[in-house]
Amino acid sequence: MQVPAPFDYARAESVEDALSLLQRHGPESRVIAGGHSLLPMMKLRLARPEWLIDINDLFELDYVVEDGSTVRIGALTRHATLLASELVARLFPIVTDAEKVIADPIVRNRGTIGGSLCQADPAEDLSTVCEVLRADVVIRSLDGERVVSMSELHRGPYETAVAQDELLTEVRFPVTPRSGSAYEKVERRVGDWAVAAAGASISLGPDGTIADVAIGLTSVGLDGRTATRAEEILRGNRPSDELFAAAAASAAEDCEPIADQRGPVDYKRHLAAELTKRVLRTATARAQES
Amino acid sequence: MQITLTVNGTEVTAECEPRTLLVHFVRDTLKLTGTHWGCDTSNCGTCVLLMDGEPVKSCTVLAAMAAGREIKTVEGLAQNGTLDPVQQGFMAEHGLQCGFCTPGMMMTARALLDRNPDPDETEIRTAISGQICRCTGYSTIVRSVQWAAKNQEGASA
Repeated sequence: MQVPAPFDYARAESVEDALSLLQRHGPESRVIAGGHSLLPMMKLRLARPEWLIDINDLFELDYVVEDGSTVRIGALTRHATLLASELVARLFPIVTDAEKVIADPIVRNRGTIGGSLCQADPAEDLSTVCEVLRADVVIRSLDGERVVSMSELHRGPYETAVAQDELLTEVRFPVTPRSGSAYEKVERRVGDWAVAAAGASISLGPDGTIADVAIGLTSVGLDGRTATRAEEILRGNRPSDELFAAAAASAAEDCEPIADQRGPVDYKRHLAAELTKRVLRTATARAQES
Repeated sequence: MQITLTVNGTEVTAECEPRTLLVHFVRDTLKLTGTHWGCDTSNCGTCVLLMDGEPVKSCTVLAAMAAGREIKTVEGLAQNGTLDPVQQGFMAEHGLQCGFCTPGMMMTARALLDRNPDPDETEIRTAISGQICRCTGYSTIVRSVQWAAKNQEGASA
């Protein structure tokens, strides 16, 4: 039987309450939302907090709203809600693509976007998606709030810029005109981590050339998750299969996958190139339709 | 700690440790052993029950997190001695062999039909894609859910 080590439990009633509880109970207190990453880690004693602060009653953090040129998503928004959101599907199809293959439908009823980003698992899909969309996140403490970019948020595997007495409260996606995005993942079975996955977002200029592009790869050891060299190859050029192939080859070169039970290095590198090509094609087609 | 929650329509108050998982609280404290306990790692789905109407894997939810919420287990499916159409469907279409995955499959099916009374085969297969039938009897499970969808009105009337 796998059960976490003993801890104390408190349920927060508001963001302020959660922040006060985190401050009161000190460095060994942790926030729990969906719990589908933290509880398994606690069962295995990979995490052993003394206090859990349950934020599932903070309904004020469960929203998806369009706000001018930004879409704001509350940290407690569940994967299932993101997958069902028509607004998200229209503006950021990469999120919908990814949500279809994140965990399984039942786990998606619990897991949250804030939890996914704060877990900072290198194999996690939404983190790549948020990098590709150049999202910002809002971090709150009792002293106020600050906004940081995704690249500032993630400091390494399982490490983020969110301090122990802070709470990530919101994710912000900038809306770009004439843009399209896509995500594709290869997994061994439903609910597994990616063998490899790729995401891309492309915006087109008035002349049909690529005005801006972001490419992200999951689970293949790409530094910072984004393929900056491949992006350079694409920027300013007219979309074509040859161009995409060149960018994909460069992205795959920059990966450093490790061989494990999900596959050998050459297979993962092959997937990195192939999936990059596919998401570039889909993202471009979507941008042209938008 | 003491928690109060609604289980199959009845309010219950009981003691548990903060670390008690909902699956163990339901089985060991409330003695509702219809919810099965399987992989412990939120992979197999035999521990699925409904929390506020949504299927969750109860091996990965703390009992404390269920305080104040409405829980429905497989024991709560039948109403006034009449089996739920989903249960009838599993009988009619032989939706179980060993029966280990059955409670979880039926709770997911119930939640699916509550949301979407007429799902197509793909929607049914997607809904149960996070659950494992160790007898590999997926085809009959899908047919059981289809039977329930078809016979819902007649069965519950």
